[in-house]
Amino acid sequence: MLRFFLRRLLVAIPTLFLVITAAFFMMRAAPGSPFETSRKLPPEILAHVEAKFGMNRPLVVQYVSYLGGVAHGDFGPSLKYQDKSVLEIVREGFPTSLKIGLAALVLASLVGVTLGVLAAIRQNHAIDYSVMGVAILGVCIPSFVTAPLLRQVFASQLGWVPTGGLNGPISLVLPVVVLALPQVAIISRLTRAGMIEVLHSNYIRTARAKGLSETTVVFRHALRAALAPLVAYLGPACAGLITGSLVVEKIFNLPGLGKSFVTGALQRDYTLVMGVLILYASLIIALNLAGDMMLAVLDPRVRLS
Amino acid sequence: MSGLSLAPQLKRNAQALEGAAVKGRSLWDDARRRLFRNRAAVASMILLGLFLLAAIVGPWLTPDHFDTINKNDVWDPPLTNGHLLGTDSLGRDLLARVLVGLRVSLAIGVVATAVSLVIGVTWGATAGFLGGAVDELMMRFVDVLYTLPFIFFVILLMVTFGRHFLLIFLAIGCVEWLTMSRIVRGQTLSLKQKEFVEAARAAGLSTPAIIGRHIVPNLLGPVVVYATLTIPGVILLESFLSFLGMGVQEPLTSLGTLISNGAEEMDLAPWLLIFPSLVMVLTLAAFNFIGDGLRDAIDPKDR
Repeated sequence: MLRFFLRRLLVAIPTLFLVITAAFFMMRAAPGSPFETSRKLPPEILAHVEAKFGMNRPLVVQYVSYLGGVAHGDFGPSLKYQDKSVLEIVREGFPTSLKIGLAALVLASLVGVTLGVLAAIRQNHAIDYSVMGVAILGVCIPSFVTAPLLRQVFASQLGWVPTGGLNGPISLVLPVVVLALPQVAIISRLTRAGMIEVLHSNYIRTARAKGLSETTVVFRHALRAALAPLVAYLGPACAGLITGSLVVEKIFNLPGLGKSFVTGALQRDYTLVMGVLILYASLIIALNLAGDMMLAVLDPRVRLS
Repeated sequence: MSGLSLAPQLKRNAQALEGAAVKGRSLWDDARRRLFRNRAAVASMILLGLFLLAAIVGPWLTPDHFDTINKNDVWDPPLTNGHLLGTDSLGRDLLARVLVGLRVSLAIGVVATAVSLVIGVTWGATAGFLGGAVDELMMRFVDVLYTLPFIFFVILLMVTFGRHFLLIFLAIGCVEWLTMSRIVRGQTLSLKQKEFVEAARAAGLSTPAIIGRHIVPNLLGPVVVYATLTIPGVILLESFLSFLGMGVQEPLTSLGTLISNGAEEMDLAPWLLIFPSLVMVLTLAAFNFIGDGLRDAIDPKDR
């Protein structure tokens, strides 16, 4: 078990290194500069500003010094928000993104698993077809369509929730729902497929044969095994939520990290983009690792492969 | 007595066998039969066929060009002044724009999927066929890329190389090939050890002939299924980029761009959101239904 963990961890480190390297050089290869404004700066001033951030040195030197900084937990100053370090911006934005992401994950798991189980135990009946129909719709309707529609109905017309901005927990309801919908679709499909497979296995037949009630069979015996693919889905789900948060934070005007990343990329705020990217990449890698570990605990066959 | 009654049966069997020798019901015939029995898939194919026709021919048939600005027809609701679906904030005909947007989105979906197909199949088949250390190295690389946050890299690619139309294809294709390469590698690995490959080798077939006659046709099924399911993913990804302001640029448009513009003006002109969204959702759903149908048809044991 420990060897399995260490082997996975050994893959995770070069992965993160690759992310940093690729992002660093891609960002620098982009035309434009963070110090470009509507008025052209005089060359002396530009040279001065670049020297201040150490950007007059050769690229490779900058890369090495950046890596050194990251290793010490120093992500440098933001190039656009003067007087703020990348860490400060991350600390301000991340809690909001984390809150809606976690809430969406919990909501999507609860609803998705319930729907998936319902569809599986009523396979090829009306419930199954309607759940799968909803699942297809959930995958096909992009969040930037559901978000304005839901906002129009629940915020503008019914006035139950605010239209946007960060203003207490109530203002996070719509973003969480919008973020959760595509995941509900995927999770319900995964659960249904897992359940159907498990319900046909021999030990379920045994459980039924010894006279257990259908509820016990489904919830105590089948569900546990059927949830294994879901654990493996943890990493991709997190990636999906982060992608979704880019859109949701823009539409609902939330001060999260997704917004910082997009504006940072467009404004060539090198350090900010790198910082957010490293954080999100580590998060996804860590969750993938956690998913693999949990799967290995649940299913010994995984450890051997 | 019993021999007599069995005779016609045997004769029929013999005829059937003879018929099979002349024209067999191949795996693909079977698959096609199963696919055409799937009503959702057939309906989706018809719808998609119509959409494809509309996307190719439609833009030439609309009275207004997609970037014709009519200053007097700003925000016309549907069915007014000869605009079937209404007009946008510049008085441009929405029908013409939806048709062009559909054309662009479908093109991006198909071309980016083709790019991912070429990379993924080559990579996966090479790894699977060579095996050993090469395979290990190549698939570790895929594992590493797999854990990357795709969307960030696509955004960086768009920022780095500008928002050129062709680059959207390439950028998306370059991040979508991973799953394909895994599927192809897995298939190649298991096919390599199958008895019929061994039989072919024993019969003296050359390696290229084995790959061409036995490996590739068996690879085709899962590849076709996954490619069909990749197209809607790509279309969705492009629309995400467009929504974030990094996709197709004005006056050219895609479904994603239309939807994102429509969302901003939905209070004033809801049709600008509704019609492009409808076309997009129908397109994506159709691809998904066809993909699911193909999977059931080609590999029925999956269900």
